[in-house]
Amino acid sequence: MTTKTITVTRDLLATNKEAAAAIRRELRSRGILGVNLLSSPGSGKTTLLEALADLLKGRYRMAVIEGDIETERDAERIRRKGVPAWQITTGGACHLEARMIGKVLGQVPEAIDFLFIENVGNLVCPASYDLGEDLRFVLLSSPEGDDKPAKYPQAFLSADGLILTKADLLPHLPFDPARAAAEALAIKPGLKIFTVSALAGQGLDGLAGFLVEALGRLRSGRA
Amino acid sequence: MHELSLVASVFEVLEEKAREHGAARVTKVVLDVGIMSGAVPDLIESAFEAYKRGTLAAGARLEIVVVPMKVRCPDCGGETVREDADFSCAGCGSRRVEIVEGRDLVIEKIELET
Repeated sequence: MTTKTITVTRDLLATNKEAAAAIRRELRSRGILGVNLLSSPGSGKTTLLEALADLLKGRYRMAVIEGDIETERDAERIRRKGVPAWQITTGGACHLEARMIGKVLGQVPEAIDFLFIENVGNLVCPASYDLGEDLRFVLLSSPEGDDKPAKYPQAFLSADGLILTKADLLPHLPFDPARAAAEALAIKPGLKIFTVSALAGQGLDGLAGFLVEALGRLRSGRA
Repeated sequence: MHELSLVASVFEVLEEKAREHGAARVTKVVLDVGIMSGAVPDLIESAFEAYKRGTLAAGARLEIVVVPMKVRCPDCGGETVREDADFSCAGCGSRRVEIVEGRDLVIEKIELET
């Protein structure tokens, strides 16, 4: 019996990264902007998507992949807006992985502009998994508190944008948007920050404009 | 708590490498865990201990090497090693640093018994 040590140097997330790269290639070749939304449960991801569906209606086509531990509820809410939606129920897993998205991708209509992926509500684990998106947003709602970026740095570090949600509640809460923004920018300089209220229809045009610009960049880079 | 999925990937690699080298058992696994990887060493350890039962690594010891974060400063060109989530340059105080190390999870080495 002999023992030997071998050097492996294998990234544990390599399989996920490869699956994500394949998704990114496919979305780009189809001219679709993939957007991954991360946040804790209840920060308003689905409500934001409902508001974007209303706002983009007639001008842009979107589809949504919903991730939850259980239930079809979120996908049903999105479908009621006339937007195609697929529900991935992870049955306990705390995050979506690229191969789960890959399985649904074949069903996503050819002629769409935006594919939103609403991750499982969790500000920790989803940060480690690339889903092949082109843009990643973290949502932080005013009731959660403005001290969250420094507490959950990985999520903010992995994001391209931060969406401060439930801005209509700001007059009633100690949440300071400037403090949340400063904390997030200290982790990720250049992070694009939006303050919105999906229910009051506030700040959504700026966010939609940013998405449309990103879509334009993706398509012009495609030639 | 995604450490169990991570440990499942560790075992895929262990099985592959054991097959490749004709080994019957894995006796040691060395993992590099970056402090900004989003994975918690204690949880990886618990998941590994639970997962290894009845596998080719049932008697294996897990060694975790915690990798600090290294940031590079675009303003002064300096590099700073950080043990915590301090995203600033020690040289000039800039906060525009780029993380060059400490985000990865790598299975570095394994010890096999043949």
